[in-house]
Amino acid sequence: MPGINSSSTADIAFMLLIFFLTTTSMDTDRGLARRLPPPPENKEQKDDIIVKERNVLQVRLNKDDQLMVGGEWAEISQLRAKAKEFIANPNDDENMPEKHAKNIPFFGDVMITEKHVISVQNDVGTSYEAYLQVQNELVAAYNELRQELASKQFGKDLADCSEDEKDAIAQYYPQKISEAEPKKYGGK
Amino acid sequence: MGKFNKTGKRGMPELNTSSLPDLIFTMLFFFMIVTTMREVTLKVQFKVPQATELEKLEKKSLVSFIYIGKPMPEFQKKMGTSDRIQLNDKFAESSEVQDYIYQERENMKEEDKPYMTVSLKVDAKTKMGIVTEVKQALRQAYALKINYSATQRM
Repeated sequence: MPGINSSSTADIAFMLLIFFLTTTSMDTDRGLARRLPPPPENKEQKDDIIVKERNVLQVRLNKDDQLMVGGEWAEISQLRAKAKEFIANPNDDENMPEKHAKNIPFFGDVMITEKHVISVQNDVGTSYEAYLQVQNELVAAYNELRQELASKQFGKDLADCSEDEKDAIAQYYPQKISEAEPKKYGGK
Repeated sequence: MGKFNKTGKRGMPELNTSSLPDLIFTMLFFFMIVTTMREVTLKVQFKVPQATELEKLEKKSLVSFIYIGKPMPEFQKKMGTSDRIQLNDKFAESSEVQDYIYQERENMKEEDKPYMTVSLKVDAKTKMGIVTEVKQALRQAYALKINYSATQRM
């Protein structure tokens, strides 16, 4: 019984290899995770939530990708610091969001800016890149605050905290980014 | 000392290739494990923006993709050069997004439906008008978990 000639196995394996190399892609998908608000139930209900002016941070992007934060022009690099100051309100500023006492596990009774809202509004002509940068900076502001809180309270990285601890931190700094209903200015 | 005699003829020995198939198979398995099958042929070109606060997309089976960008050069004659939406393998209008989501949800397992995620792969230069239309359609379809695809900024 002669052995099976296996000299072509390498060629067969090569062909399989090339097939898989061409039909598959290696890119791992990463992205900025966001949650959309549910659709408005009916049109009239939309405006019944009245938010105090000091609790809202207006972030606006115009069609030329120029940024306005809380009524003044700003650069994208300044947005993170501004958002952090707004969310945390460390000095109990009159113009920053009001604080309410809340009982949170691990922290006890604390004063937090529970009712703050960051409102993002963009124009039809805003570029997607500018929009994503704004979203990114706002999420980064929350992440940095949570990170600081984790190392202050638990003395460890946010990623190393248990689920309960992460929950408590998320309650301390709840993420409230609202996107205004899109407006159409003029024609196209 | 006959063992060390140098008079014997020495040719170049043949390289032993009997382990070559095993090597190639190992490579093959490596690529099969780390890569994923390409699902659609892209008809729009896009370069996603860069960002820092990224999360990984967990399960591929829970994710539906929506692509927005300029049509590939070979379609530009027919479709023009303005930004278009691609769903599955074809160009679509923003009004078709809702149906697409319903269809995708229909194909999912019952227990997976609440975890459905929509990944938006949008070109950085796209205007927000078309993106907002898609987002409104996603809200109407109750596909609220979305993921703006981006690459890590160094």
